[in-house]
Amino acid sequence: MSGRTLYDRLIDAHVVRKLDDDGLVLLYVDRTVLNEYTSPQAFAGLRAAGRKVWNPSAALMVVDHVNPTAAQRTRLMPDADAARQVDYFADNARDFGIEYFDILDPRQGIEHVVAPEQGLVMPGMVIAAGDSHTTAYGAFGALGYGIGTSDIEHYLATSTVRYRRLKTMRINVTGRPSLGVTPKDIVMEIIRRIGADGASGYAVEFAGPAVSEMSVEGRIVMSIMIVEAGARGVVIAPDQKVLDYLKGRPRAPKGEMWEHAAKAWLQLRSDPDARFDREMTIDAGSVAPVVTWGTSPDQAIAVTDRVPDPDSSTSADRKTAATRALAYMGLTPGTPIQSVPIDFAFIGSCTNSRIEDLRDAARVFNGRHVASGVRAIVVPGSTQVRAQAEAEGIAQILINAGVEWRQSGCSMCLAMNDDILAPGLRSASSTNRNFEGRQGPGARTHLMSPAMVAAAAVTGRITDVRDLIGGELP
Amino acid sequence: MTPFHRVSGAAAPMTTPNIDTDVIMPKMFLKGVDRSGLGEGAFNLLRFTEGKPNPDFVLNKDGYRDACFLVVGPNFGCGSSREHAVWGLQQLGIRALIGTTFAGIFNDNCANNGLLTISLDAATVATLAGIVAHPASNGLTIDLAQQTIRINGGGTIPFPIEPARKEAFLTGRDAISSTLDFADDIRAFEARHRADNPWF
Repeated sequence: MSGRTLYDRLIDAHVVRKLDDDGLVLLYVDRTVLNEYTSPQAFAGLRAAGRKVWNPSAALMVVDHVNPTAAQRTRLMPDADAARQVDYFADNARDFGIEYFDILDPRQGIEHVVAPEQGLVMPGMVIAAGDSHTTAYGAFGALGYGIGTSDIEHYLATSTVRYRRLKTMRINVTGRPSLGVTPKDIVMEIIRRIGADGASGYAVEFAGPAVSEMSVEGRIVMSIMIVEAGARGVVIAPDQKVLDYLKGRPRAPKGEMWEHAAKAWLQLRSDPDARFDREMTIDAGSVAPVVTWGTSPDQAIAVTDRVPDPDSSTSADRKTAATRALAYMGLTPGTPIQSVPIDFAFIGSCTNSRIEDLRDAARVFNGRHVASGVRAIVVPGSTQVRAQAEAEGIAQILINAGVEWRQSGCSMCLAMNDDILAPGLRSASSTNRNFEGRQGPGARTHLMSPAMVAAAAVTGRITDVRDLIGGELP
Repeated sequence: MTPFHRVSGAAAPMTTPNIDTDVIMPKMFLKGVDRSGLGEGAFNLLRFTEGKPNPDFVLNKDGYRDACFLVVGPNFGCGSSREHAVWGLQQLGIRALIGTTFAGIFNDNCANNGLLTISLDAATVATLAGIVAHPASNGLTIDLAQQTIRINGGGTIPFPIEPARKEAFLTGRDAISSTLDFADDIRAFEARHRADNPWF
């Protein structure tokens, strides 16, 4: 009998009972984070049925999706609908006894930035939340995955979800990324190779020497972004770097309890003889900075390449999709992607708004200025990240470069607040989705790393950041 | 949730791969605290241009305005977890989706609301999309108990579905009530789990 994968160990440790003979189980979930736009109908359901929250202390509520990010923080929301969502959110926190970080709380931020920051995400947990990017927590050796509103309600009422076990896929990352190539580029290259449904139905484990070398924040980027290949859960075996990240965080265990926990956490890994349903290997040394040209995250190329011809698509439907994407994006096949001018530069989102992302961007912005005709905004992932960036002098570098330095929130990742692009405007963006209309109806989004966004901002066109930095990035 | 037994009606082909939940339910319609008004939101940026129905969009064409099924491309429903996408499709009158693969969270959201998703091989989906492209043959009857799709004036296609899912769709059961029947199991598990992981 072969050994177990880390994913299977985490599932086995959380099965309350089997529900059928086909892999459907009642799965205990340790924790959730709630936002103001996917949770209201779940609470309304609880209220209508007269149900309580099974374990209020396992939930945290954070306003992040609809709030403005203007430099001056205020409780005023950009419109009446957003105000109603936030008011209802606060009512639900109070009535159901759940901890709530409102917009003025110094711990506020994007849910997937805040939860790790507070030490709420620990190795060995299962965390389900009403946001697809909940896979972030895989970086800590927790199984994180996104659920819809009905399952949020189910979780709140029972501390469980009905769950069908996934197939497993290990992605081994070998080699050493070259200068200017970040975890975002590596994961975008993986998505480019396997497609937007390449990991659909799988729990992904990232492994290999390049993952061991990567910072915890870099692992979070990979864990979040692989959702765009359809991954339904992510795990990475926790190591000393994870312990170093967690130690001393507000909710992390302390003293003797920490010692016990740390010892247990370092045991969490796939057995050497564990069998995965699928394996792939990628050499990080072969990856160049990656940029999307289309309206699906797998429609991507190396920054040194040209916009592809839809005729080279692998199927008639993909050709139709590519043709439509190029029309939407206003691009012609054969155009060098580096000749494409941008109107807007955005650095932010749960994928790329942490301190390391801002440091990467600041190295490029340092001593340079945003190109004329380009508007650049940086939205830190949390109020704490903002404070840290100010303390490190990063904020001043950005401001000197002509960048708008904002308050935290999801902002232009999905443009649910007042940060929204006008039709036809083209954006270089450190976010995770380039879907039609994602940053505003008719707006055109090119996904890339924060350093690449900074490079595009200062030159006014999509640019290979390696040409700007020589020797400056680690 | 709405139970699903046997439903008949027209099907619209929408076979582009990777149709995401931002396209199915644009952000402007995510600002509610209830589930109302989402029929207008469904495919809004494709269905309407400058406030008027876009004549090029399939659901605005003769024979498809009352479609209750969609024949869709691979990875339909990818992207955001927003369940509003499913509520909107249902408010538009869509009862089932037929395709090769569906994105994970979206597929679960469909199941939790009684919107049936049927997965078939690519060749069968392509054939079906071709059949419903013609008004004369555009009519399907989906019988969940029999696990069949009957084509108007044509053949019958069987489809697979896990027994537990089928049962849930047929009964329209409230999953929370069923789970709370196991409340003692949950409490017992919770006590053991906390003893094993006191730091949680």
